[in-house]
Amino acid sequence: MINEEFDAIVIGAGMSGNAAAYTMASDGLKVLQLERGEYPGSKNVQGAIMYANMLEKIVPDFRDDAPLERHLVEQRLWVMDETSHTGIHYRSEDFNEVKPNRYTIIRAQFDKWFSRKVREAGATVLCETTVTELVRDGNGKVIGVRTDRAGGAIYADVVVLAEGVCGLLGTRGGLRKMLKPEAVALAVKEMHFLPEEIIEQRFGVKGSEGCVIEAVGTISHGMAGLGFLYTNKESISLGIGCLVSDFTAKMESPYTLLDALKHHPSIRPLIAGSEVKEYAAHLIPEGGYKAIPQLFGDGWVVVGDAAQLNNAIHREGSNLAMTSGRIAAEAIIQVKRRNDPMTKRNLALYKTMLDESFVVKDLRKYKDMPSLLHNNAGNFFTTYPKLMSQAAQNFMRVDGTPKIDKEKATTAAFIKARSRLGLVSDAIRLALAWR
Amino acid sequence: MTNPVTKFRVEDKLYQNRYLVDSGRPHIKVRPHEQPSANLLALTRVCPAKCYELNDKGQVEITADGCMECGTCRILCETSGEIEWNYPRGGFGVLFKFG
Repeated sequence: MINEEFDAIVIGAGMSGNAAAYTMASDGLKVLQLERGEYPGSKNVQGAIMYANMLEKIVPDFRDDAPLERHLVEQRLWVMDETSHTGIHYRSEDFNEVKPNRYTIIRAQFDKWFSRKVREAGATVLCETTVTELVRDGNGKVIGVRTDRAGGAIYADVVVLAEGVCGLLGTRGGLRKMLKPEAVALAVKEMHFLPEEIIEQRFGVKGSEGCVIEAVGTISHGMAGLGFLYTNKESISLGIGCLVSDFTAKMESPYTLLDALKHHPSIRPLIAGSEVKEYAAHLIPEGGYKAIPQLFGDGWVVVGDAAQLNNAIHREGSNLAMTSGRIAAEAIIQVKRRNDPMTKRNLALYKTMLDESFVVKDLRKYKDMPSLLHNNAGNFFTTYPKLMSQAAQNFMRVDGTPKIDKEKATTAAFIKARSRLGLVSDAIRLALAWR
Repeated sequence: MTNPVTKFRVEDKLYQNRYLVDSGRPHIKVRPHEQPSANLLALTRVCPAKCYELNDKGQVEITADGCMECGTCRILCETSGEIEWNYPRGGFGVLFKFG
């Protein structure tokens, strides 16, 4: 079908694939991008918050025509129990800047825009094409791909695997191991549509201002997990995700969790009267630094979710994806300019460059967090949230109890739940994993 | 929560979604078995589209039409060979309008 040979084949048209394809095509490389969906974005799911800085480094004037929902002026971090939430809210007029820092986006729309940019940059984008196999030469070097379209293999000097979290090709091709259930979260989400004015009233925002809520607590039923609510222009993305290992051990249903979250007294009024137009599910890599697989080899590099590049603590993923895609592309461009072959040795440049970036530095910082949270899910996601709620309510409620007795009761509750040693140990372990 | 209610709700949710089902070519298959393993059994609860269900012999069956291609079942059951998992052919499967 395609007899031409390409400088690079990019597998997948998500954030990392689009970043890689755009960067290489803009530099004049002959790029073929393959996407299994009917249109770019049709298989992609994200919360979604998009961080401007990382996109600016790829498409500096993206604000001119990218489909952006709301720029964020307020972030609420909630710790929830069955009837309450205790929150830290941060809102600042400083976020109403000429070039805002964070936006909510709707991925299907955003990815179509990004893909148009990729085409404009000169890449060939072929949708409805599932790559079935990597093609290797006698020495094992990846030299192309086979797809489910009629015709033979398509060849390229280098293959960029931007195939997403499942990473079928890479795992089947022996480039990296299968994801472990404790290193990946399953998130489900619904799109709740509401009139713009209602969203503005409920969240106290105007114009394109937006607000996000991220929540932990009993909403995850003792599993390591996170709930989220993001305001878009005329819709609210509401979802929750927990580790696959926890879902499995507890035999919990993700949609039951989501329904419970929707009916929580703190959430219900925010989505009241909405029309749900989509229900989506997706995996999120949660293994952090220690789960990063081999990133390059003879004739290939892996980027984005397929490379497990996700910062679970800061809930950043697509910006790491974009950045890894861009950096991989820049490394390939450098190797190409030197007229060097796309060998493992030469493509190691990608890892060297990625190690120097925020992507790997951030993941390294939190390298011990995934196992800490995984192994202590009950304490961090149920016991402490409940204690916090009790403490807050005890503090707020005025009932004639002397304040000194209230304080003693709160302290006693913490010690009873976790013991003195447990409290100190939790604090130290958290601090060590955080630093 | 009883099972029928849950089932009804999930189907209700999936009804919002767009799919192009590749008739006669399911992209996921369950290996015939006498008794499901713990992971395979868990899929009847964990699969977000409730594609997996127990038949009256206590075996796990799949109807992949509502699959959102998240890959959870692949993570849990591919290595053991209990399920065979592939992407749908290009263009088929779930088509997220919003994602």
